[in-house]
This record gives sequence, C-alpha cells and structure tokens, in this order.
Amino acid sequence: MSRNRKVLAVAAALAGAMVLSACAGGGDAGGSSAGGTTSAPRAEPTQAPFTPPADAELPAGDGQGQCSGDPSIAYVGTIAGANAGLGIAIKQAIELAIEEHNEANAGCQVTYKEFDTAGSPQTALAPTVAAINDPSILGVVGLPFSGESEAVGPALTEAGLVGLTPSATRPDLSQKGWTHFFRGLGNDSVQGPAAAKFITETLGAQNVCVIRDDSAYGQGLATEVTKALGEGASCEEEIKTGQTEFSAAIGTIESASPDAIFFSGYYAEGAPFAQQLRDAGIEAPLVVPDGVKDPIFVQNAGEASEGVYMTCPCLPGEVFPEFLEAYKARWNVDPQTYSAEAYDATTILLRGLDQGISDRAGLLEHVRNYQGQGLTKQFAWNAQGELNETPVWSYVVKDGQIQRLSPID
Amino acid sequence: MITHVTSVLAQDSLIDFNFELLIDRFWANTIDGLSYGSIYALVAIGYTLVYGVLKLINFAHSEIFVIGIFAAYFTFFALGYAPGETADLGLFALIGSLLLAGVVAMAASGGSAVLLERVAYRPLRKRGAPRLVFLITAIGASFAIQQLFLIFLGGNAQPSIRLLRPTEAFEIFGARVTNIQIMTVVAAVVLMFVADTFVNRTRLGRGIRAVSQDPDTATLMGVNRERVFMLTFLLGGVLAGAAALFYLMTIPAAAIFNGGFLLGIKAFTAAVLGGIGNLRGALVGGLLLGVVENYGQSFFGGEWRDVIAFVLLIVVLMFRPTGILGESLAKARA
Repeated sequence: MSRNRKVLAVAAALAGAMVLSACAGGGDAGGSSAGGTTSAPRAEPTQAPFTPPADAELPAGDGQGQCSGDPSIAYVGTIAGANAGLGIAIKQAIELAIEEHNEANAGCQVTYKEFDTAGSPQTALAPTVAAINDPSILGVVGLPFSGESEAVGPALTEAGLVGLTPSATRPDLSQKGWTHFFRGLGNDSVQGPAAAKFITETLGAQNVCVIRDDSAYGQGLATEVTKALGEGASCEEEIKTGQTEFSAAIGTIESASPDAIFFSGYYAEGAPFAQQLRDAGIEAPLVVPDGVKDPIFVQNAGEASEGVYMTCPCLPGEVFPEFLEAYKARWNVDPQTYSAEAYDATTILLRGLDQGISDRAGLLEHVRNYQGQGLTKQFAWNAQGELNETPVWSYVVKDGQIQRLSPID
Repeated sequence: MITHVTSVLAQDSLIDFNFELLIDRFWANTIDGLSYGSIYALVAIGYTLVYGVLKLINFAHSEIFVIGIFAAYFTFFALGYAPGETADLGLFALIGSLLLAGVVAMAASGGSAVLLERVAYRPLRKRGAPRLVFLITAIGASFAIQQLFLIFLGGNAQPSIRLLRPTEAFEIFGARVTNIQIMTVVAAVVLMFVADTFVNRTRLGRGIRAVSQDPDTATLMGVNRERVFMLTFLLGGVLAGAAALFYLMTIPAAAIFNGGFLLGIKAFTAAVLGGIGNLRGALVGGLLLGVVENYGQSFFGGEWRDVIAFVLLIVVLMFRPTGILGESLAKARA
C-alpha cells in the first residue's frame, strides 16, 4: 500500500515537472528575445570639483572666546562596543575640535568627557544618565546610532541637555516631540530621493530593480527610493539578513533586465550580492547606500566592487585639506565616515560656550537659533531638529578605493 | 510593461503570485537550487548520522562547518593567494590547491567534531545525563565556538579570496550551469555515495548501524560503542568540511564567525525533511529544500523564501511524520 502511494507520488511529481518544463520551453523563447536588447550606453559620472566653504565656522573661532565657569562637552556613544569604528571616528573629531578651540582661546578652556554606550539601546541609558548627572556638561555630541538615540531621548529632553547627533539617520527620531534633539546631517528620507535622482538623472536609468534586506534601515530606505523612482522602479526583491546565496533574487533581476540596481541594506549581504550579480553576467550599474559604504565591502566583494556607486548623507573628510591634515597629525588616520559631521557639531556647541553661556538651557537655545556655515553644510534647524540643507554625496569604487564623486542636488 | 504591473500588485496585495517569473526561471532555479542544496545535503548528513546513532541533535554541527570554512580559507591564504583579483591558475595548480584546501578543511572539521564529542558529550554520557542536557550542551557548544571566532577574528567577514571564477560550462534549457556548480554537485554525489557505501557495506558501518538499532545489544555483540560514536562524529565532520570548501568557492565572503547559523538551520531542516537518521534522506531533503527555496522566492517574492521552506517541512511532516524517506538509520532501505 505504502509503496503504491510512493509510486503514485513519484508519478505525480514527474508529471508536474513535465508540465512545467513544457511551459518553461515556451516562456524561454519569449524571454530570450526580450533579454537580447542591450541597454542604452550609460553616462559615466565624474568627480565634480569641490571647493570647501571659505567662511566655514571652525572650532578655533576668533580666539576671543570667554566662557563662564568650567564647562564640558561630552561624547556619548560607542567607544569599545559593536561597530565601534564609527563611534571612534566621531569621538576623535570631537576631541580634535575641542583641542583646537582651547589652544586658540585662552579665555575659554572647555573640558572633553566621554561616556561609552557600547552602541546598543540596552546599554546606552546608564552612561547617558551619568553624563546628565555631571553638572559641568552643558552639551552632548551624540548619540551616533538611531536605536540608542531613541532609548535615551526622553532622558535627555527631561534634563534639557542638548544632543547633536552627527550620524543617527532614522527619520522618526525627530518626530518624537523631544526638545533636545538636533540632527547634523540628512536623514534616510533625504537619502532615498537623492539616490533615486542619482540613478535616474546621473546614470540615466529608466528601469531600476530595488533590492532590500529585511532590516528596519533597508526596508525604510527601499520604500523611500521606490517612492521617488515611481514608474522607474520596475522590479523589486527582498533578501534576508544573513543570507549569502542570492541566485533566485538575481534571477528576478535578470528577467527584468534593468538599467540599474539599487541595493538597500548593509555590506555583510551587499558584498556577496554584488559578487553573484556580476558572476551572473549582469553588468547594469549597482548603487548602494551608506550602510554598504565601508572598505569591508570592497574587500569582500573583490573585483565585483569595482564601479559600484554609493550614496551617503555624509561628506568625505578629504575635501577639507586643513581638517584632513590636522586629523591625520593628531590621530595618524584619515577622517572616517562621520568625522567631519562630528567636527562641525562640536564647533556649534563651542561657539555657544565662547559667548559665555553657562547653563544647559542657554546652550540649547543657542543651538536652536544657530545659523552658520560649517565645513559640511549650512546649519540651521527647523522646529523638529532637522536641518534645512542636507547634502547627499555620491561615491564610486575605483581601483579598490571608495572615491567621492559629487554632491547630488 | 508587465514586470511593473507585478510590482504594483505587490504593494496592493499581501502576496504576489508571479507565475511568469516562476516559469521563466524554472530551470535556472532548479540548477542553482540543486547545486546549493547539495551543500545543505552534505551538512545534513552530520546531523542525521549523529541523531541516528545517539538520538542527539548536534546543534554545534553548524560551527564544525564554520571551522571547515576557516580552515579552507586559511589554506588558500597560506598557499599565497591574496584577496582581490581572482588568481589566474593553471589546471594542475588549481586542482592541487583545491584538493589541499579540501583535505585541510575535512581534517579540521572532522578533528574538531571528534574533539567536540570528547569534550562536550562523552563526559555527560559517562554520567548518564538525560537527553535534554545533551541538547543544551550542544547549543552551548555552538555559541561558545561561534564567540571564539568573533573574539579572535572579529565580526567582519575575511576579505574574499577567489581561486576560480564561476564561468558557464554549458546550458540546460537556456539555464546557465557553471563550473563551480558542476564540481559541487559531482563532489556531493560522490561523497554521498562513499558515505552510504561505508555505512551500509563495510564492517565499521555495520557497527554504526548496529549501535543505532540497539546500543546495548550491539555492545554485547562486541561492538565498541565509544568508537562507533567517534566514527560517527568524524564522518559527519569530514563531510561538513567538504561542504565548507564548496560553500567557500560559491560564496567567497563566507568566512565569518556566524556564517554557519542560517546554513546549519537549513541543513537540519533538510535532514528532518528527508527523514532524520537516514543518509539518503539527507540527500533528498537537501536537494529538495534548495530547489523549493528558489521556486518560492521567484513565485512569491524574497520575503516568503523561508516561509515556503518551512511550510514545505510542515506539510511533509503532516503526511509523513518521519520525513520523506523515513527515520531510521538502521532500517533505512539499503
């Protein structure tokens, strides 16, 4: 009996396979003719010349700063925890800014303090409370990550301690009614449309495949990009965090034969994805966001990383020669992804202290009303703590290096 | 255009059935699925053998697999291959390097599987610990090994080293078959055949089957039970090591501390799907899972990939609670 059933099952499976293969034969003929059309020659984006703003406010200021009391500025964020590289690039820029300021302003010596949050929402509250309980701290640069920023937001707002984040990009952080929160760069709902613009205008792509991972970041950004692309988003596919084999997803792309592909996720999946995409013979340009903009991506994707385009609401530190030089001299490394943003944020706080502000409420008010040119952009915040001007830059991987292209505007 | 219609549909309805893509990609998905599924199958044997003999689900097997990946990776490294450009090798240099990496990976995985058995499971067995304790120990060992890799090698994948670029060898119904895929499938089938012959035809294999059937009687009949356990772990480990080499060739950026987690779960699923404790079941389960995942992704979209795989498992277990080919290693049809 059971053997009979087995035979039956095998027969059924065979029949099914034959039916499907017959269909596949028909489908293939149509598919190959469609796939045979080659995409139009595409534009090669080039590096735009960039002149750093001459009137940028720098930490040193005019050297006439007079502070009252003995104020401190704190870095609250990851130093030794997960993804510490990002935090350290921020911390080093803050220290550098304060040192340059103190050297130039004999009348205002600001103390630097740091609090390690280990980068996760679960561990961020205790160090933040420690910073709040230190009365000398008038302003905080941080927190770097969106998750931890969300966890400590209410505490900072209650304490009236201004928090200027140089890197947390989740859009809804500014919608929580916090009064302390200021974002020193564009959020993900700025990067999405900018990436779409880069794809359609600079690369001239008409049909774009949007591939997202299943993280909050990847999903959110993919939604923004898809919305901005409109009709141009001709196919979409999702991959899983931790997935390494993408043949089916790449099959979807192959069938759609797009002019460009946007990958909305992190470099851990982005690197094998890029590799398998190129191995499958798909040569359409690949565009990735700041979650992939990391030297690790280039290492892991190998040859496949060549020519990959990147978008990031961050500015390359190298375009500011003096900052680059000072940073290198102080830390023996190049400024990293969000260093310049952190440098600008610290400058804004220092300017307030230079005017003799001696309490947290005063510094908060100073940031709220601040208007001025920084290295990275013009700073002026709206009521939610979002910037009015938020440049997004494009980058390209060339000769194994991530190189800047130009601002997307 | 048609593709655009499907993307609009996806936003409106919960699931988007993409018949066109399923049919269009049928052969490509089948070939990719079979090739990736044979890696599942090789890893699944480790789960199946240990379960068949010890009635233990060895969750640390995924880390045995990761040890194989790192062993193969560092063999490439020691042979002087560097990350970046794909090395341009002669046929003999290529085969030699791959063979060496394979042997090292198999030795490393096999050796650490035996070591794991010695360190983690044997002391428990001596004290007659209940089965649940073994399970928790397995999970603990899995985490411990994983975290050791994290501490010593960091959280990022090692820069990828490539010895061979996948190039099209031939086409089946318009679907690409690459050189690496051919190697993976052929090696998997050969190793499966060897393992199956070993268990079913040799004296040592008879010992394995005897212990799996009735440990006490087998001991009375003169089978050295401890040695059979060791042999079982060794065999599973060696096959995981072989799988690791092919996995690393398929996905060069795979040398990462938690790289075994997802694959381990899938391989375990494949073992249960085919009938855990059954060698041939592991093969059937692995190949089936690899293929069905791909069909599922094309038909329903990527977000349903894992759902499809596990729904398949549940459906199969509803009608055949012991898996497709049945459960017992001892009673497996020869």
